[in-house]
Amino acid sequence: MESTSHRFPENARAALTNEALQSALGKLETGFVVNRATAAGRLPEFEALRDQARDIKNHTLAHLDYYLEAFEAKVIENGGHVHWASTAAEARQIILDICRTVDAKTVTKGKSMIAEEIALNDYLAENGVEPIETDLGEYIIQLRDEPPSHIIAPAVHVIKEQVAEAFHVAHTHLDPNRSLEEPRELLEEARAVLRQKFLDADVGITGANFLIAETGTSVIVTNEGNGDLTQILPKIHIALASLEKVTPTLEDTTSLLRVLARSATGQEFSSYTTFSTGPRRDDDVDGPSEYHVVLLDNGRSGMLGSEFQDMLRCIRCGACMNHCPVYGVVGGHAYGWVYPGPMGAVLTPTLIGVEEAGHLPNASTFCGRCESVCPVRIPLPNLMRQYRKREFERKLVPASTRAGLGLWAFFARRPALYRVATEIMGLMLRVMGGKRGRIGWLPAARGWTAHRDMPAPTGRTFQAQWVARRAVRPQSSKDASRRAKL
Amino acid sequence: MSDARAEILGKIRQSRGVIDDSAAEARLSTRPRGIIPARTDKAPGVLVDLFVTQAEFVDASVDRVASADDVPDAVAAYLASQNLPSEVRLAPDTQLDDIPWDQRPTLLVSRGKTDGSHEVSVTAAFAGIAETGSLMLHSGPESPSTLNFLPDHHVVVLRASQVRKSYEDGWDDLRRQMTSRPNTLPRTVNFITGPSRTGDIEQKILMGAHGPRRLHIVLIDDGPIGTSTPEKFDGI
Repeated sequence: MESTSHRFPENARAALTNEALQSALGKLETGFVVNRATAAGRLPEFEALRDQARDIKNHTLAHLDYYLEAFEAKVIENGGHVHWASTAAEARQIILDICRTVDAKTVTKGKSMIAEEIALNDYLAENGVEPIETDLGEYIIQLRDEPPSHIIAPAVHVIKEQVAEAFHVAHTHLDPNRSLEEPRELLEEARAVLRQKFLDADVGITGANFLIAETGTSVIVTNEGNGDLTQILPKIHIALASLEKVTPTLEDTTSLLRVLARSATGQEFSSYTTFSTGPRRDDDVDGPSEYHVVLLDNGRSGMLGSEFQDMLRCIRCGACMNHCPVYGVVGGHAYGWVYPGPMGAVLTPTLIGVEEAGHLPNASTFCGRCESVCPVRIPLPNLMRQYRKREFERKLVPASTRAGLGLWAFFARRPALYRVATEIMGLMLRVMGGKRGRIGWLPAARGWTAHRDMPAPTGRTFQAQWVARRAVRPQSSKDASRRAKL
Repeated sequence: MSDARAEILGKIRQSRGVIDDSAAEARLSTRPRGIIPARTDKAPGVLVDLFVTQAEFVDASVDRVASADDVPDAVAAYLASQNLPSEVRLAPDTQLDDIPWDQRPTLLVSRGKTDGSHEVSVTAAFAGIAETGSLMLHSGPESPSTLNFLPDHHVVVLRASQVRKSYEDGWDDLRRQMTSRPNTLPRTVNFITGPSRTGDIEQKILMGAHGPRRLHIVLIDDGPIGTSTPEKFDGI
């Protein structure tokens, strides 16, 4: 998918005035956020489970090649196939080639963010294979011809009237005067339409939440059951996953599952957690005859050993975006690529470059809410800060900001001069504020003062006040030495 | 694509210092368990109660019966309560063979997988996981996975003696059953926790998205003997 991440400020501005979007986003705090807190509260071990999840992921990343090879050997032993893809283009080609072995007309798809990352649907359609999204949210946005705005709730930005509109346009075989006012009516229609698609599909493509090295198993987690119908009915099941999805054992995977659904939707466990190992056995009566796993790198191996390695722990629960104040007002599309919110602000510049996505790490208040809910404890604000640093070093920051920061750095390194300068600055601002004590126009912050007045400083500087207070109180020798350091 | 394989593995190894995978080897052979929630730390009889509470919490319905002989009546009663025709598709599972289906001559029973034309399926479970009220099922010649997903109503017959504390206990049972090929799972293992649902339209939770609209568990109280409700389960 083509990125619009470089237009984040424009995207965000448009989002703020989009009424349907704002109405949809308003439900985030009462839905996901409350549900997660309730689920965490029901499990006394939740914090310890988060530590454990972090440790399992760190251990796996430290032996990533070992576990990937073990996984591959086990898949092959069970009669499946493993395909390695360095790039998105390679992965697309591999999948199309597999589809062509059975002359596939249609493929059903379970929800897969990796498929979004490699823009699989467009590629299949261009090559005569019709992709059909089966997750209800994915189906809705496929009909609306737009990308997902959330990694687990892809249509979270859509209101039910818009779903009805999309269904009226797409399902022309049905009575045009039918009622589609209620969510239940919309769901029944989608269920009926998609049921036939499941039965007709030649190939089923799913993502994978985990790939288990011990057993050569791919794991998917869904609530709708669409992932299961996608993989058991067609002749071929393709599981598409990135490298870091591998886990050591069934026990480790189970431990990670304990924090996944709770962090994502606030459920204790998703309705369907499915472990798939190889194609149907000789005596099985249903299931796919072929089982393929496509392992995608697409820049991830380069993150290992870098300051961004922690990001590879991500299990794609979406908690960081559910809790993000910025995501909560601009929604996922403003981020301009596949992964929105705090995890996207780190992952997107890593995968498509800081030149394209440099705005995203800046779209954060650094309030730290994302890190406080991350089930694998990824230090998201710190990783975004690394990007801001990198952006500054590469001179991608606007000249005025660079000059301002340079000026500040000059004074900050000279404490005596800094004190004098801030005293003078305070005095000047007080004069500018006049009797009202408000400043309506500042040359270096016109954007800021366009919408509000800046209050003029009323007292002396913090440092001056600090010195004055110290002088009043009796000082211990410890205080004195601390002051000397200041 | 072997080029991509070599390239990817090469890059990963480049990022590592000294390569010592003994910790990983040990992990795969010892398979250490992680933290198991203390809520499962219950006597067998109470554990079954926990399973029921948890299953109902996720919108499954549970009917507890005394023996296998009571199952046909329980299934017929469920069908009547849902205004369904007296007809079920039964898994060809030997676990269901001791149930006297002919006791209810009006109940039409056929056995095998489904192509989507059956409204109600009846399958056996491999285990019930008390921790979250999840059913553990696996595919095989006797247990086609289509029965778990295509019908509108999924009825699962579970025995109290099959209720386990945690998923880990379920895995251990399954490993014991797979001794002929160690570390080889059946094609599919399903953990089913309540009926199919979606929240994709305005975050409103609706049942029956693509899978079964209802999940009904018929629980046979076949034991564990001698543990008749010693302590009351008081929620979690």
